[in-house]
Amino acid sequence: MRLKDLGIGLAGLAVLIPLSACGSSGGGTGGGTAAAGGPIAVEAKDDACGLTRAEADAGTITFEVSNKGTRVTEFYLYGEGDRIMGEVENITPGLTRRLIVEVPDGGKYQTSCRPGMTGDGIRAEFTVKGSATRQVDTNTKLAEATKSYQNYINSQVEPLVAKTGEFVAAVKAGKVDEAKALFPVARTYWERIEPVAESFGDLDPRIDAREADLEAGQEFTGFHRLEKDLWVSGLQADSGAIADRLATDVNEIATRAKTVELTPLQLANGAKELLDEVATGKITGEEDIFSHTDLWDFRANVEGSAAAVNALREVVNERDPALAKTLEERFKVVTDLLDKQHTGDGYKLYTDLSEAEVKAFAEAVDALGEPISKVAEVVAQK
Amino acid sequence: MSVSRRGLFGLAGAGVAVAGLGAAAGVLATGEQRQDAAVPASSVVPFRGQHQAGIVTPAQDRMHFVAFDVTTKDRAELVALLRAWTAAAERMTAGQEAAEGGAVGGHREAPPADTGEALDLPASALTLTIGFGPTLFDDRFGLAAKRPEALIDLPRFPRDDLDPRRGGGDICVQACANDPQVAVHAIRNLARIGFGKVAVRWSQLGFGRTSSTSTGQATPRNLFGFKDGTNNLKAEDPAALAEHVWVTGGPEWMVGGTYLVARRIRMHIEIWDRTSLAEQEDIVGRAKGSGAPLGQRDEFDQVDPHVRGAGGAALVAEDSHIRLAAENLDGAKILRRGYNFTDGSDGFGHLDAGLFFVCFNRDSRTQFVPMQQALSSRDRMMEYLEHTGSGHFACPPGLADGAFWGQRLFD
Repeated sequence: MRLKDLGIGLAGLAVLIPLSACGSSGGGTGGGTAAAGGPIAVEAKDDACGLTRAEADAGTITFEVSNKGTRVTEFYLYGEGDRIMGEVENITPGLTRRLIVEVPDGGKYQTSCRPGMTGDGIRAEFTVKGSATRQVDTNTKLAEATKSYQNYINSQVEPLVAKTGEFVAAVKAGKVDEAKALFPVARTYWERIEPVAESFGDLDPRIDAREADLEAGQEFTGFHRLEKDLWVSGLQADSGAIADRLATDVNEIATRAKTVELTPLQLANGAKELLDEVATGKITGEEDIFSHTDLWDFRANVEGSAAAVNALREVVNERDPALAKTLEERFKVVTDLLDKQHTGDGYKLYTDLSEAEVKAFAEAVDALGEPISKVAEVVAQK
Repeated sequence: MSVSRRGLFGLAGAGVAVAGLGAAAGVLATGEQRQDAAVPASSVVPFRGQHQAGIVTPAQDRMHFVAFDVTTKDRAELVALLRAWTAAAERMTAGQEAAEGGAVGGHREAPPADTGEALDLPASALTLTIGFGPTLFDDRFGLAAKRPEALIDLPRFPRDDLDPRRGGGDICVQACANDPQVAVHAIRNLARIGFGKVAVRWSQLGFGRTSSTSTGQATPRNLFGFKDGTNNLKAEDPAALAEHVWVTGGPEWMVGGTYLVARRIRMHIEIWDRTSLAEQEDIVGRAKGSGAPLGQRDEFDQVDPHVRGAGGAALVAEDSHIRLAAENLDGAKILRRGYNFTDGSDGFGHLDAGLFFVCFNRDSRTQFVPMQQALSSRDRMMEYLEHTGSGHFACPPGLADGAFWGQRLFD
């Protein structure tokens, strides 16, 4: 789950996406059941947009759009406020393309053919019959969840910038020991908000790419490049420049992260994704392959996941108290295991863990991942 | 005496030969209900022909793949082994024991010439396919000049996590059959014949073919639960096979052959199973039930990248598996012939499971490699995948009567 896939930052998206409208799984499993009357034929011309009927039952609606005109066209179904329910583009003259749209709510919609693929197009009213139009979810608890998590992100962003700054300064001053001590600390703030950070696909690889994941010709930069310099190859001529760029990129992420608005569903999925990160990266010791400080990242991922779940706690408590209890218990198992590996000012190195200890971590993370994967559905309930 | 492994049935009049184009259940129109071609378990796939069997043969249910290192330094000894292997392979694919005398017909004071576990089992459509890896073409046997340019050392792909103990090899043999015991028996006996000349480097068992290679076969599912191989090349399309699979240029000994790429792909199935249905479908780009591309109705409908859903987001996302795989082949295709695997567990409470990807293409440099580069770096599915093994092999053309495996290479 990448938050960007959920359309973060897409203006005009309802803040709370009802589940039935958020899965972009077109025909759904089984191809969807056609609404009464079967597909609707659309005849698109340069100056007309004729439909065999201008109404359908709520559910899966199929349009077969034939371009009988001379210009390339496209077809849209709009909801209220020109919200796009579905569209099919690039229909060249003589071609027929299919659009299958899930419309769960009855109400007034608009169809539009756009000859030349510009302008407002040739519009017409379209009626969807059936289930009453759903009220916008004004559940204050969910709204509060969103807000509370936003506060959490902000609380992590400031120290992320500060600690990264200290780390960068130490690297540039050639203070290797100091930089080594700051490395896992700065990363902690990063790892707590990793799903948010990853939603900025342009910055994330520059800041956090692992050497093993690089593509041919891709420059190795960011935290892990400096990690390699500090622990393995010694500071390089360009370490300072790499450090400067890291500071710049982290500042940029911080600025952007403050503007991210997450839906409750995205919170739930983000909590799950943080656990996936632990299971595939940290438990295997692949994240911090040079410094072996994986347990710091592990802890931070778990804390970030817990923060997302906590933001939703009241909703989950209300709708599925048994799940809330399970989550609490299993989070505790994981954090207790982590506490056992606490040493002085941090954690035992990954390479000092026995196979049995790693296995215990893996099992606890699996046990926690399962109930976390059920939170999204609970949040999406109406 | 020669005991037929197929006991009562005898060899004559055995099951239908299922190799060859169009021999499987007839070509069905797209969208019709597809039935698996009913290949009788007892059928025999011809060992000799224009191309090696086991490539466009309708994919059998089971696989045992092995890669060998050549240990002998003596070219003549290696050639003698290839002759001996060919004789045993031809017998076994016909449903016979690996050698004359077999499991119980030899001298009582000698170990049996056949290991015996396939006694009484039918041929089970066994095919044995040989390939030669890049490392064979060094100075040991004077083959350096014969190395095809297309037989490259595969590049490192982003996020590769290759285990050297699960990759490479001088020679590979792919055994496919409808009975796992028959496939394992074949590999076991070839390995035994090879002792002292070759050593097993790695091997892989597979089940539940993940690609259909015939229009007479339904599209099977991989361990993510999705239909896999919908747009695969099919045996009934000789023009497409000629264009994408069979080699026409390069060294003379490879004309009519093909290049095999094997990738052992571990799937993080536990994490996948905790992923919502909508997310799974978005990652793959298909509906899980029907196999239809998102936004379409039926499995064999074409992917339409121009359809957009709520908010104007592409229904088949640009970083979805099917879209990347299709768009980065640039019109080229590959013949996929992979299998599922579960190799026990990983010691951390997870099944060591995934897809043993096998494909055949005319030139991996322009087909498999660019496709995999795009998938490794951009496919959202990569979050759930880990490539742990890799091999690249040149599979020579089929055998004329009397010829042995690799004869044209060593002539």
